[in-house]
Amino acid sequence: MRNFGFSTTKSRTIDYEKIDNRLIRYVLENEPTFNACLSCGSCTAICSAGNLTSFNIRRLSLQIRLGELEHAHEELDKCMLCGKCLLECPRGINTRNVIMLMKKGLYLIESESKEKNDR
Amino acid sequence: MNLEGKKQIWSSYQKEIADDNYYYARSCIRQNFFPASEVAFLRILREELGKNIFDDPNHTTCTGIGYHSDIVPFDTIQTVVARHFALMTEAGLENIAISCVTSFGMYTEILDLWEHFPEQLEKIREYLYKATKREFNIPKNIAHTSDIIYKFRNEIAQKAKYQLINKETGEPLRVVEHIGCHYAKMFPTKGVGGAEFPQVLSGMIESWGGNVVDYPERRHCCGFGFRNYLVQANRGYSVSNTKKKLESMKPFKPDFIVANCPGCAMFMDKWQYTLAEMEGVTYDEDGYGIPVLTYEEMAGLVLGYNPWDLGLQTHQVQCESLLNKIGIEYDPKAKYLDKNGNQLPIPESPMNLKV
Repeated sequence: MRNFGFSTTKSRTIDYEKIDNRLIRYVLENEPTFNACLSCGSCTAICSAGNLTSFNIRRLSLQIRLGELEHAHEELDKCMLCGKCLLECPRGINTRNVIMLMKKGLYLIESESKEKNDR
Repeated sequence: MNLEGKKQIWSSYQKEIADDNYYYARSCIRQNFFPASEVAFLRILREELGKNIFDDPNHTTCTGIGYHSDIVPFDTIQTVVARHFALMTEAGLENIAISCVTSFGMYTEILDLWEHFPEQLEKIREYLYKATKREFNIPKNIAHTSDIIYKFRNEIAQKAKYQLINKETGEPLRVVEHIGCHYAKMFPTKGVGGAEFPQVLSGMIESWGGNVVDYPERRHCCGFGFRNYLVQANRGYSVSNTKKKLESMKPFKPDFIVANCPGCAMFMDKWQYTLAEMEGVTYDEDGYGIPVLTYEEMAGLVLGYNPWDLGLQTHQVQCESLLNKIGIEYDPKAKYLDKNGNQLPIPESPMNLKV
């Protein structure tokens, strides 16, 4: 390939037909209450981990809905599973279970990719 | 909504296009990259339609590219445009036909400015007089050259030798039309169909037998953008925009692209080569790229002009696949012959883009 001294950049337009929806699908199948999330941010406001680190449940939830999984693993490790978010949620979503399912789903996706690469 | 109401609304999207007697304002880019397009335009107007058009050797660049790149001050470009109006006035003409979409945008912007700020008009009259001793009238009608071809599209259809139809399947060709941003996005009332429903190219395509492809990024910029390509380091931004358009149209398998802006035709053509060489991608099924035509070239093909006289060999994406689809007769050996029949140098082949 030739180098002309410049390169293309990926479009930042969100294309819902092309996003990686494996994780969000897994979470919603196992915790349907997550469908009711209105991204109000109450979970993030009450979050103890968020008060001490950059952990942000609302941002994580939005990123996973857009299929942006690059930093999800690292982010999920910041959660202490205290469950305060669960008490605060105005929609009664089991947010602690959502976090657990994200961790589990991500592990399944990563294992699947590893298996494919090993073949 | 009743039909009457629809017609009334649509009439507000139309513009007046002069019938005859034009002063021709040429385009820098078109003259350099698709020189035969302007020749074809003059031939169509004079020989096919019997119109009077004055091609003035004293006409210069409008300096629009310099203006949009922050090199040419606004007062300077106004004076240059005023000089063009003076040349038109001296030729005894009142209708201006502008070949370039950038120039068309500049002329309309300047005329609009003068309408709202008459003192600016007086200042420019004074500048022009001091510099050249010339005086000018404001044109009565301002049309882009694609407007004129659009206006006479049915007359051209009556004289057509070929139609935009696949000869083998009998199906209409799938044509992507691309309207330059400065044609109607800045001053919607100055374009046929306005900024929302520009009809200038789709009208031609449908009149000549083709089908218009409606794809998601149809109204996205071609990537030209002046400053975005003038500096080498910025060209990635330009080519990324073109890539976005090409990716969006690819699933619809277009037979060719037609543009009314010299810059759009150039970039959608040349960047296909760049993308093929940089990333190994092409946007057709066979690796040849999607041919890009100007509307004059499309009109010329329909009228049965020799493709090599139309300059199709000067395009980056080669057009033989399209000529074969329509069933246009051409001599492959004459592709690189000059007007006296002498062989010209044959360009080198790209690494990835097939020719």
